[in-house]
Amino acid sequence: MTATVTATAGRPARPPEMNVFLGLLGIALVFEVLGWIFIGQSFVFNLQRLQIIILQVSIVGIIAVGVTQVIITGGIDLSSGSVVGATAMIAMSFAQVSDNARAVYPALTDLPVIVPIAVALLCGLLAGAANGALIAYTKIPPFIATLGMMVAARGISKWYTKGQPVSFPTDSYAAIGAGLNPVLLFIVIAVLFHLALNYTLYGKHTYAIGSNAEAARISGIKVERHLVMVYAIAGMLAGTAALILSSKNLTAQAGMGVMYELDAIAMAVIGGVSLAGGRGSILGTALGMLIFGVIISGFTFLRIDAYYQEMIKGVIIVVAVVADVARQKRRARMV
Amino acid sequence: MSDIILETRGLTKRYGGVHALEDANFTLRRGEHIAVVGDNGAGKSTFVRQITAVEQRTAGEVFFDGQAVNFAGPLEARESGIETVFQNLALADDLDVPSNLYLGREIIKFNLGPFSILDRKAMRVATQKALDTTAVRIPNLSNPIRNMSGGQRQCVAIARAAAFASKLIIMDEPTAALGVQETGQVENIIRGLKARGVPLILISHNLRQVFDLVDRIVVFRRGRIVASLRREETDGNDIVSYITGVKGGEGARA
Ligand SMILES: Nc1ncnc2c1ncn2[C@@H]1O[C@H](COP(=O)(O)OP(=O)(O)OP(=O)(O)O)[C@@H](O)[C@H]1O
Ligand SMILES: [Mg+2]
Repeated sequence: MTATVTATAGRPARPPEMNVFLGLLGIALVFEVLGWIFIGQSFVFNLQRLQIIILQVSIVGIIAVGVTQVIITGGIDLSSGSVVGATAMIAMSFAQVSDNARAVYPALTDLPVIVPIAVALLCGLLAGAANGALIAYTKIPPFIATLGMMVAARGISKWYTKGQPVSFPTDSYAAIGAGLNPVLLFIVIAVLFHLALNYTLYGKHTYAIGSNAEAARISGIKVERHLVMVYAIAGMLAGTAALILSSKNLTAQAGMGVMYELDAIAMAVIGGVSLAGGRGSILGTALGMLIFGVIISGFTFLRIDAYYQEMIKGVIIVVAVVADVARQKRRARMV
Repeated sequence: MSDIILETRGLTKRYGGVHALEDANFTLRRGEHIAVVGDNGAGKSTFVRQITAVEQRTAGEVFFDGQAVNFAGPLEARESGIETVFQNLALADDLDVPSNLYLGREIIKFNLGPFSILDRKAMRVATQKALDTTAVRIPNLSNPIRNMSGGQRQCVAIARAAAFASKLIIMDEPTAALGVQETGQVENIIRGLKARGVPLILISHNLRQVFDLVDRIVVFRRGRIVASLRREETDGNDIVSYITGVKGGEGARA
C-alpha cells in the first residue's frame, strides 16, 4: 500500500463571508463618498443613522436567520411575510388592555405577557411545521408549498378581524420590541443558530440534506423529520419577528410583513447562502442583512425617491441570485 | 455458527412492469470475496439496493449472519454490520471528510437530542486514522470534498466503508471513474479487507480486476443470476459468454 493520491486542495479555502464583508465595506464607502459630494456630510460616521439602519433590518434579520436554514436544506420559504401578518394579529389579540372598547376578546384582556408570546411562537411553529410536512411528505416543491402558505396566512390575517387593526397592547407586551430590543433579540437568535448550525447534529444534518439529500437518507438521517423541524424553526422565527414588530408598532394590521419574505431571502442570498443548498452561514446572512440595510438607508440618505428604492431593491435581489448561479456554474466546471 | 454470512433466496424486485431482479439465489461465505458482473441494466445495483434496504424488495428472503433479516432502511443494514459504497457515491459534497465519514453516525460530545453537540475533534482524529490504514492521503481534511478529485472522493467513500465494515462490505463499481493509480489504490484496500477476513461483494465491469481480486464470480443477466463460478474454474471468455447470453440461457444457482 504505497500508492497515494495527492491533492490540489491543500489550503483551507478563504471563507466566503470575507467577500461579503468586503462588499459591505465597499458599499458603505461608496455612500460615504457620495454623501460628501452631494449632501456634504458623512454617511457612516453618524451613530444615529447606524442605529436606525440596524434597527430597521434586525426584525427581518430574525426571519432571515430561519430562511437561511431553509435555504441551506435546498428549500425556500415564501410564507414568512404572511406568517408575520397572521401571527401579529393573533398574538396581539391576546395582548390587549382591558380599557379597550374594541378588544378582539373582551373577556381575555390584561393577560400576562407570556400568553401572547406563547401564542406567537406556537402560530409560527404550526405554520412552519405545516410547510415542512407538506414539503417532506408530499414531495411538492418548497416554492409551491410555501406559496400556498403565503396566500393562506395572509387570508387568515385579513379574516381574523375582518380587516380591523388590533391595537392597545399591555405595557409588558409593548416592552418586548421597545428601544434597541429588536437588535438584541436578533443578536441572541443569530448567535444561537450560528452555534446550532456549526456545532450540533442539527446543523450537520441540515447541511447534509441540502448538499445531497439521497446521501443523507442512505446514511440514516431522517430527512423528512429533519425538514419539518427546519421549516418549523423558520416559522417560529417568523412568529418571533411578528411579536417584536407588533410590539414595536403597538398595533397589528392585516398587511403587516408584506414582502418580508423576499427581503429575508435577499439578505441570505446577498450573504452567500446558495439557493442550490448545502452552503451558507448565519454570519453571511447577518452581513447580507447589513448590506441590505446600508443600501436602503443609503438611498434615503441621498434623498432618492421611495419608488426608485423599491426598484433598486428588486435589482439587488436579482443581482444576488445571478451571482449565486454564476458561483454554482463555476463550481460545476471545477468538479 | 454457519460459515455463510449472506444468503438471498428468491430475491425479486420489480419497478412497475420492469423486472429489474428476478429470483436471485445467492450465498456468500465468511471471508469470501465475490464479484458481481453483468451488462448495464443487468440488475446488479438493484440487487445491492435490496440487500442494503435502500429499497424494499418485491419478494424473496435475505439471511444475514444466520438470521432472516428485514431491514427497514439502510441505517439498520449498516448498524448490523453491512457497509456499502454506492454506485452514485453517497457523499455530501459540501461537507468535509470527517463529516462524510461520520454522516448519520456522528460522535456526540453532549446529548441534547437533535441539538446534540458534536465531538468534532474525535471525528477528525478517527478519520485521520481510518485514512491512514487505507493509505489514502488527503492534505486538508477540513475542506469540503467538492474541491477534491474524483479519485480522492471515491477513496473517502471507500475508506468510510472500510473503516466501519464489521461483517460485510459491498462496493458498486468503486473504480469506474478512477485513473490507473487510484484504481490500484482501491484494489489495495480490497486486498487489505481480504487479509482482515472481511467478506466483500464487488460489482465491476473490469474483468482483469475481478480475476485479480476475488474468489468467485457471479454473472447477472437481465435481472437473473446466470452463473456462479470459482475463479480457477473459469476465464475471461467464459464469463463474457455468460454476460452476453451465449451461455447459460437458464438461470443458475449462485
Ligand atoms: N427506480 C427505478 N425505477 C424503474 N426502473 C429502474 C429503477 N432502478 C433501476 N431500474 C431498472 O432496473 C434495471 C436494472 O438496473 P440496475 O441499476 O440494477 O443495473 P446495473 O446492473 O447496476 O447496471 P450498471 O452496470 O449500468 O450500473 C434497469 O433496466 C433499470 O432501468
Ligand atoms: Mg449499477
